[in-house]
Amino acid sequence: MKLKKNIAVSDSGFIFDPNSGDSFSMNPVGTEIVNLLKQEKDSDKIHDAMTKKYDVPPDEFNKYYLDFIQTLKQFNLMENDD
Amino acid sequence: MNKLKVTIAVTGLNNTDNPGPGVPVIRSLRESEAFDLRIIGLAYETLEPGIYMHNIVDKVYQVPYPSEGSGDLIKRLKYIQEREKIDVLIPNFDAELYTFMKSSARLHEMGIKTFLPTITQLEERHKSELPAFGKKYGVNVPKSKPVLKHSDIGKIRDDFEFPVMVKGKFYDAYYAFNEEQIHMHFNKISAKWGLPVIIQEFIKGTEVNVVALGDGKGNTIGAVPMRKQYITDKGKAWGGITLDNKEMLDLTHKIIGSTNWRGGMELELIKTSKNELYVIEINPRIPAWVYLAVSAGQNIPEALVKLALGEEVKPFDKYQIGRMFVRYSYDLMVDLKDFEKLSTTGEL
Amino acid sequence: MEKQPFERPFIKKLHSGMPGKFGMKMDFDPITEIDGINVKDLIGEYGSPVFILSEKTIRKTLNTAKRAFTTRYPKVRFSWSYKTNYLDAVCNIYHQEGSWAEVVSGFEYDKALSNGVDGKYIIFNGPDKSAEYLEKAIQKNSLIHIDHFDEMYMLNELSDKLNKKPKVAIRVNMDTGIYPKWDRFGFNYENGEAWDAINRIMIGKKLDLVGLHTHIGTFLLAANPYKIAAGKLADLAVNIENKYNHNIKYIDMGGGFASRNTLKGAFLPGTDTVPDFDDYAEAITSGLINSQIKPDNLPLLILETGRALIDDAGYLLGTVLANKRLADGRRSTILDIGINLLFTSFWYEHIITPAQPFSHHTEETAIYGPLCMNIDVLRENVDFPLLKKNDHVVIKRIGAYNMTQWLQFITLRPRIVLIDEKGKSHLIRKNETLEVFKSLEKTPEYLNNFKL
Repeated sequence: MKLKKNIAVSDSGFIFDPNSGDSFSMNPVGTEIVNLLKQEKDSDKIHDAMTKKYDVPPDEFNKYYLDFIQTLKQFNLMENDD
Repeated sequence: MNKLKVTIAVTGLNNTDNPGPGVPVIRSLRESEAFDLRIIGLAYETLEPGIYMHNIVDKVYQVPYPSEGSGDLIKRLKYIQEREKIDVLIPNFDAELYTFMKSSARLHEMGIKTFLPTITQLEERHKSELPAFGKKYGVNVPKSKPVLKHSDIGKIRDDFEFPVMVKGKFYDAYYAFNEEQIHMHFNKISAKWGLPVIIQEFIKGTEVNVVALGDGKGNTIGAVPMRKQYITDKGKAWGGITLDNKEMLDLTHKIIGSTNWRGGMELELIKTSKNELYVIEINPRIPAWVYLAVSAGQNIPEALVKLALGEEVKPFDKYQIGRMFVRYSYDLMVDLKDFEKLSTTGEL
Repeated sequence: MEKQPFERPFIKKLHSGMPGKFGMKMDFDPITEIDGINVKDLIGEYGSPVFILSEKTIRKTLNTAKRAFTTRYPKVRFSWSYKTNYLDAVCNIYHQEGSWAEVVSGFEYDKALSNGVDGKYIIFNGPDKSAEYLEKAIQKNSLIHIDHFDEMYMLNELSDKLNKKPKVAIRVNMDTGIYPKWDRFGFNYENGEAWDAINRIMIGKKLDLVGLHTHIGTFLLAANPYKIAAGKLADLAVNIENKYNHNIKYIDMGGGFASRNTLKGAFLPGTDTVPDFDDYAEAITSGLINSQIKPDNLPLLILETGRALIDDAGYLLGTVLANKRLADGRRSTILDIGINLLFTSFWYEHIITPAQPFSHHTEETAIYGPLCMNIDVLRENVDFPLLKKNDHVVIKRIGAYNMTQWLQFITLRPRIVLIDEKGKSHLIRKNETLEVFKSLEKTPEYLNNFKL
């Protein structure tokens, strides 16, 4: 599960997808997750990092995380799973 | 001469093929000898071209749509005012005027001045009120009838001959040559602009316009008549020329004088083959073609700002006749970073 | 290190359409919770559709209204309009806040009594008051607002019969410059009928004229007519004092204040065009204070506003049943909420908001209810995001009239839930069941059997 390589993410949470020409904006938590994905961190690492930093129960984070990843997939920002 | 330092906020930066007056208004102000200007653009959409014209606007903020309510707008303007110290605000869309008028006292408290028509002036010149307006002020207007539902459309048969004009409350106007077409336009217009939709008698003749400015005491500060030489499929002037026409000016003086009109105005008139003038619409703001008047010698936006600041303004007494404009479109190159910044922060 | 507060990750596609001249952009945030309770959980617990009322909003709105009037006028009393929403729990919130009861039928009268309202704090309005209920109201010292002469004669007779002087007011209708003019209730001011009624009461001496009442219209988008109305009632009060040396105790200005809903066909939202409580209060109180009534005799001001007090507190939660494409290519979304539950959709452009985050792609959509009936339309044409089957929606500002005018048509009526000020939910009306309806019906014996 990887973010598409050529996706540019700015600090402000702006994403430009050069494939489609679409642009997106994210909130800070979303931006952080996408940056971790960009560093090719796996889901477990992302979970650890986020639940350590933020006040959120792991199960609840997981729910939102999966939903977020699903949205990234819908927006065609993820590489297809092998 | 010492130039007066002023910060002016302007809406309507959508300089597209259906242009808003914002960019021409700013262009006019930029030519004023009187002001040392800072221009704040207020934009509703991220692709309004004026946003990216850095020689036109000094700074841009996104603002919420008027249909979202004045509460949100005021909140946003407070935020902007803390940073910008706006002296005068010039709204340029018909659809936002009511919201700005309603908020004008609160704007004034924040130190933002406006120079707008009163709510009564705004209301009585509505397209649906045009027959009453014509009667009250003794001017020719086309027969028109507000329509609130489909079943009313059949009832107009006795009063109107085809073609008729089908118009939205704020914008849009279409010809209809039969009842079926009225129904079609009714759907389209009502979905976009709400009700009523106005059915208006089609008056044959030449479309002529006047840009004018009233001081709110019955005086006409400026007025320049023009004929549209080329009209786009959206009904907008693509070329125009200033006219020497006393009847048009007299009519303008009469309307401004009898209504005590305050602020900018565009009169849309039809001149029939019998040389009669019919008032088709009164737009309660400066039109997009205002720069023609400026180049002909009447800087109406500048005068409006002076009036808003409470200065005495002497009426213009002449303008250059035969001054002409042709509109053109231009592909402005935009830095993606600008688009990103506006999209994520709402400011540029 | 202390952990930072968490916000769910969120990404949205930037919508960069051509700048138009203002589309009807809808409210682009979902309503995911009401007073701290998740919409999904509410539907999970109470089913869909379900009505939700916010106690916090009810009390807050009433207090805003009260403040608008009490800061301008010395004696003010609100009286809860039962017909707007007569759920016991709702009425009792208003009674706890000091509101009297305003009823327009025997049923509502009994409901107020059963809620524990002392008869002397019940205002009995409307054209339908039976002899039985008038007698009851007289015995309990209620304030009876006379609608027509036949009622006045009946009250005279009852006064003799019971040997008791009923406390009455007359309802006055008048021209306040608004259209339509309401002239079917009460006695007309301009043609002298109201003054005539007053004289008959005063000369007859069988009734105790304690008040004057008017109710000039409904959903009034201008405040000034109230000023005219208050002035006219004040003139009557002054005439009564001059002629009979009698001071009426109260002036009841009725209701009719608009809520912030947007009427069909309006471009600007009701939130902008509707006068607020301060506007109405300014109009009414200045009408009274600037009248010829002597400052020491200023009557109690009673307000019966219903809609503007409770509309904002009500939500209707529902679920998408299906999406389909209409023959003309338009999209339609079918909800489990129809006009049977949302009677006010005949005149409001109700704001229907998704209860979960949604994509910013919108499409022109017709929103239909579930009834097998062509007029079951909530919105003819609205820019609406693409919802999926089983997605939830929230319709806000529906607290007035829908829970009283709803129809038991085709399907049963759902639960009503109140969220208290601490954010806890309470079932305040059960859903109807087949048994409820069967229990009211009687089938003659010979119709019990059939063979198909």
